[in-house]
Amino acid sequence: MSNIPADLKYARTHEWLRSLSDGNVEVGISDHAQSALGDLVFVQLPDVGRALSLGEACAVVESVKAASDLYAPVAGSVVAVNEALVKEPELINQDPYGRGWVMRLKPNGASSDLLSATDYQKVADQAEG
Amino acid sequence: MVDFGGWDMPVAYGSQIEEHHAVRHSIGVFDVSHMCVVDVSGSRAGELLSRLLANDIGRLKTFGKALYSCMLNDSGGVIDDLIAYRMEGGDYRLVVNAGTRDKDMAWIGAHAASLDVRLLERRDLAMLAVQGPEARERAASLLSYDGSRTVMALEPFFGTRLGEWFVARTGYTGEDGFEVMLPASEAGAFWQRLNAAGARSCGLGARDTLRLEAGMNLYGNDMDEQTHPLESGLGWTVAFEPAGRDFIGRAALEAVRVRGSENKQVGLVLDERAVLRSHQRVKVQDAGDGEVTSGTFSPTLGCSIGLARVPSATKGVVEVEVRGRFMTARVVRPPFVRHGKVLVQQGA
Repeated sequence: MSNIPADLKYARTHEWLRSLSDGNVEVGISDHAQSALGDLVFVQLPDVGRALSLGEACAVVESVKAASDLYAPVAGSVVAVNEALVKEPELINQDPYGRGWVMRLKPNGASSDLLSATDYQKVADQAEG
Repeated sequence: MVDFGGWDMPVAYGSQIEEHHAVRHSIGVFDVSHMCVVDVSGSRAGELLSRLLANDIGRLKTFGKALYSCMLNDSGGVIDDLIAYRMEGGDYRLVVNAGTRDKDMAWIGAHAASLDVRLLERRDLAMLAVQGPEARERAASLLSYDGSRTVMALEPFFGTRLGEWFVARTGYTGEDGFEVMLPASEAGAFWQRLNAAGARSCGLGARDTLRLEAGMNLYGNDMDEQTHPLESGLGWTVAFEPAGRDFIGRAALEAVRVRGSENKQVGLVLDERAVLRSHQRVKVQDAGDGEVTSGTFSPTLGCSIGLARVPSATKGVVEVEVRGRFMTARVVRPPFVRHGKVLVQQGA
């Protein structure tokens, strides 16, 4: 069973979001997603300052098994990226909700239909069959 | 868990990369019971295999000796790749792929009937591959005194019987070790004893990265019925001598030899931060297109490697289309890694 913290929001495409006190949001991929991908070997991060539209493919996480896009779960501009992932992509496997965060966004409006932990649990359960 | 030739198998028990390193540096164990073991017996068994296998079964002159070979169709396409062991008397044991079991049994059976050769599929046997620089000693330490001495004396590519077990110094990782065929009822206990002796449980994922680093082909990816051994890096397994041995596919391969193969297999190393995957297009300057047949991330090299089928004139560097972008890959001669050592030039 994967770990799905109750204080985060989730996208159906397996990103998580954390609201920060400065109004920005932190984004990463869920424990369920990292587990399905397996050992991550490369992470491609967006440029800081890039404006993202809702649902835009903005980062790539590549594991031994497969490459997978990360989609912007809210529209906004990139204010920070986790440079540590360039050298240590395995941080996402080890600590997906902490040291494995991917980027921080300054939202500017539209957000997708975000899920609570309980609802995301159902999405993950279905995927795990 | 994934479906693999009808078997539910784990891609990894934990971290695939750690499983990979365990085999390169110490010891790991794989459950390869999906592989299909077939005993071939009868006075004309050798004659049958001489006809069916592209490598020369006549090279197996002593009990326990193993031979890697392709089994070809009339056009020289590869029906399967397999290992044949010489058993007692004139009998042989074949280990074929799980995904090709049905067609292999049908093909071999059709040729066996007229020679009165009997085929017995050993579904009662499980197979564990224990691999790595510490594999032989640690596995042997779990056997009886006599058994331990016997298996430690095995030369590479030889096997021996220990009661109902058959232990061979073979593998699919580029490291030393054993493949152990044993009654399925005893496999769980032996697996646990291997774990207790330090062997890390390894899944299909590590098996794939290890074999690819070792430059070993995977049936269905790197060769199939539409491709022949000479364009799949398997020319070394085809025995054209003795000239009179009329194996199936021989005429087709001789025609290829005369006109020269249009394609060949090469190894590729990608120094960019991306991963080669099978079916990616390869562009070769002034020579045409090829295709990646197997690609992965190499945990030992820390970058992506692959095998590709490309025009025979290919050398130097090629361009591979990776997720919509062309990236430069270096052409190298496999294997990439053997016995823990990197054998190709590493990037910056």
